[in-house]
Amino acid sequence: MIEVAGARRDRLRVAGVEAIGAYTLVRLGRAGLEPGIPGQFFMLEAPGRLLPRPFSLCLAPTGQLAFLIDPIGPGTRALAELERGEAIDVFGPLGNGFDLSVERPLLVGGGIGVAPFPYLSEQLGGPPAVLGFRTALHAEVAALVPGAEVVLDPTLVTEALPADLGDVLACGPEPMLHAVARLAPQAQLAWEAPMACGYGGCYGCVIEIRGHYRRLCVEGPVIRGHEVTAND
Amino acid sequence: MTNRASVQILNASGCLDALTAPDVAHAFDAFVTKTVTPEPREGNPPPRIAETDGGMLNSIGLQGPGIEGFLEHVLPRLEQLGVPLWVSVGGFSADDYVLMCTALDDRAAVTTIELNLSCPNVKEAPETAGQIVTAARAATSKPLYAKLSPSTSDIAESARACVAAGADGLSLVNTIRGLALDPASLRPRLARGAGGYSGPALRPIALACVYACAQAVDVPIVGMGGVTTGSDALELLAAGANVVALGTVLFRDPGAPGRVRAELKAEAGRYRMETGRDAHRIALP
Repeated sequence: MIEVAGARRDRLRVAGVEAIGAYTLVRLGRAGLEPGIPGQFFMLEAPGRLLPRPFSLCLAPTGQLAFLIDPIGPGTRALAELERGEAIDVFGPLGNGFDLSVERPLLVGGGIGVAPFPYLSEQLGGPPAVLGFRTALHAEVAALVPGAEVVLDPTLVTEALPADLGDVLACGPEPMLHAVARLAPQAQLAWEAPMACGYGGCYGCVIEIRGHYRRLCVEGPVIRGHEVTAND
Repeated sequence: MTNRASVQILNASGCLDALTAPDVAHAFDAFVTKTVTPEPREGNPPPRIAETDGGMLNSIGLQGPGIEGFLEHVLPRLEQLGVPLWVSVGGFSADDYVLMCTALDDRAAVTTIELNLSCPNVKEAPETAGQIVTAARAATSKPLYAKLSPSTSDIAESARACVAAGADGLSLVNTIRGLALDPASLRPRLARGAGGYSGPALRPIALACVYACAQAVDVPIVGMGGVTTGSDALELLAAGANVVALGTVLFRDPGAPGRVRAELKAEAGRYRMETGRDAHRIALP
């Protein structure tokens, strides 16, 4: 088994695939892989494609690792079409993950960005959460985050936040993350970027951090709001 | 343990960071650095990569700390790994290459300097490959490998010029320029437009370049381009390569060096050869 900075690569068997609203939850047997810290990610082989795809861990039930897939491209569709008993190569956990030493956590998520929240919510003991979705069908996934408040398009999650934010942990589309960063510079934001390798080799996944292009897979994917260059 | 008496396997420059993945670097016979430039470079804006049919495009733009930052912060840490080091250098004039070869000349851990004469994502030096090798040759006594682009009408001619100028070997090939469009917007998927195309689609092109250069010059050739399996590696050896390098395959499989090494041994056995070395130049006329 290959090991890179605590991450391992192994062939995992599909234990189940279920539709959750507009998304697909793929459950894999854990084999020799550790679930890691919420917000860390795994590179999943996309059957028939050249490059693996990065996904944060959604759920970590005993003996399993589960990933939430939004089937929008050839790689994510191939993953959503996996069947029980098939196997794919999985490499992880990678990246830094959320800092869980927070006193008053508030989860803020949008769309497929809610993927790491079920595991994160469990680890933090079910903190309050505000989640935004395009449609009611997409919002069905909020059932995986106990007690989450849901808003639908055109309402923005940033319009539904309490006045006293506490310690924000956020994941979602880039405009949402930038908006959260303006409200809460100390917020922990989980970013997404196209990635070829996930372990520092390709320099493909850079975002502008502290004024310079940095590899999201090495320095992220969780970055403090004030460290990311604003896009306005 | 790997059998170091058999074919040497390297990583292709820019496809592995030995500091974030030391175990992967240790699985190679030598580690080839990402290309070092005279000045620090931010690199190109994202998106920088895109998967395509048969391969992927990248336009990283030689992001790096520059030669001073490399010597001060990166090389000392690479030296501690205990892996033979090839340093890839790139520049925008022959003088740039001289500067970097001079700076690396007294660093004992650097076993070889690879001259990147072929990055598709930055502007090129005005001098020819032969003129750059001549200048670099005068600046260092270390072995010099010239890394050439497949985007030339006659790569054997470039190879002959580099060897006549004092190159000790060739690295064949770099990526070839390609473009991918977003199906929804019909705009380029990379921020910079075109990028370097690598992966399985590059393999027949790499084979043709190695095949041509092996007949034109008598120096060692590091063959690379789309190698995914031991069988792919054996074909590059048969076409005239002495050493094989792995690039894009590392992105999907950090275990590729060990796997390809084992597959190459098994594949050689299938041809009743002792090692992949016995296949060297078999394809040549």
